[in-house]
Amino acid sequence: MGMAVAHGMASGMNGMRTAGDLVMRMEMKGMKIKEAKEYVAGKLGVGVPELSDEYRMKEVREELDIGTVMAVPGAAKGLRAKARIADILGIEIPCVEKLR
Amino acid sequence: MAYKERMGDGRLVEMSKEEMIRDIEAGCNDAAERGKISALSEDAQERLLDIMISPERVASVEPENTVVFSTDNGCHSLYGNFSEAGGVGLPIHSVTANMLMERALGFDSVFYGWLDFCFKAAKAVITQHQQELESILMNTVSPCIYGAMPNLGGYYKPDGPFENVGDLMAEGKILEGMEVYERLVDHAKEDIVWVSEQLTRVGVDCINIDTTGAAGDGDFLSSLKACEELKKQTGLSIEMGMASEFVMGIHGGLEYDGNVLAGMYPHKQVKMAEKAGVDIFGPVVNTNTRQSTPWNIARAITFTKECSRVANIPLHPNMGMGVGGLPMAEMPPLDAVTKASKAMVELAGVDGI
Repeated sequence: MGMAVAHGMASGMNGMRTAGDLVMRMEMKGMKIKEAKEYVAGKLGVGVPELSDEYRMKEVREELDIGTVMAVPGAAKGLRAKARIADILGIEIPCVEKLR
Repeated sequence: MAYKERMGDGRLVEMSKEEMIRDIEAGCNDAAERGKISALSEDAQERLLDIMISPERVASVEPENTVVFSTDNGCHSLYGNFSEAGGVGLPIHSVTANMLMERALGFDSVFYGWLDFCFKAAKAVITQHQQELESILMNTVSPCIYGAMPNLGGYYKPDGPFENVGDLMAEGKILEGMEVYERLVDHAKEDIVWVSEQLTRVGVDCINIDTTGAAGDGDFLSSLKACEELKKQTGLSIEMGMASEFVMGIHGGLEYDGNVLAGMYPHKQVKMAEKAGVDIFGPVVNTNTRQSTPWNIARAITFTKECSRVANIPLHPNMGMGVGGLPMAEMPPLDAVTKASKAMVELAGVDGI
């Protein structure tokens, strides 16, 4: 377990703390890291360097209501957050399609 | 001056700068000779030396260079046992484990898989898998990967219907063994496709066909054929992780797209994966426990850099214990993991880990 955390500290975007989960979704569509980051930044309306900034991305994620690591009451979580991510990134998310 | 470094088994040793320079060059050259590829440039070797001699316990990349992580283990690390999953054995459910991964530990993706970790075994528990995946998908935000391995070895008697190919060949029945192995490829492919199709019904994001090639060239071929069929039928995202740096020729003559699979190193494997429709490829470079970490990391980066150079799809090299330059130790030390991680991202130009 600690090994994965060590990788996260060394070179990871760290998921929902920043925009790691969103960039990961685009890599799953075959985009390389540079293209994936540029795509996500464009859709979120931020610069690429901001994608790895926890402070800035917390604001962006709360504003767009696409889920954060903090337990904010009333904020989108789970499927609700993913439905908003699908709309913002302009992609189909399989489990969201099942919901729709 | 002596620097603290690790051996490939994790032991702490002292090395001089000259010894590290020599090991980095030797590691690069070993990969270059085996793979018939270019060694790292002198500049790259110097940058690697700078990373290796850093006295800090944790090395890291600049924020703009961060990458994302997929996994072939994930939540198993939290509730699994130490033997199969390197797990810490927490008495928690897979949904709780994935929520912890996502929210407390900042993973870029969540994960599910059967602890036996092969598609054949998953068939027997597929409904349970669908149910658990539905719960994970309802409660998490990050993309969810389902992982399992083709594991052709699991199809031999007494666990499966086929004669053991290794035993047949050992008895001199070479042609009979090759024929059994050829039939086995399609059998395993059908299991990968069937399990994956069941998981698309509940909305999984990605299938990780993992530890591919563990049982040789047929293992790799079954994965490529399964990927090809799944992409046509479902459009599902597919990650393919390899078992080792070199495809073993159990059969020796199996081909994909006109290419003999046996003997392929990562930079050739990735082209087969692309042809099959794989979205993310996970190359492996094995660790030599008798060599130093500078030697192992230099070697891993040389192979992976060439793979990255020719790849048109994202690369997530395997960097768990015993692969990707990491020591073969149950708890790989923080210094070795983070130096390897930084070096792999900065020097090999990978898209994730």
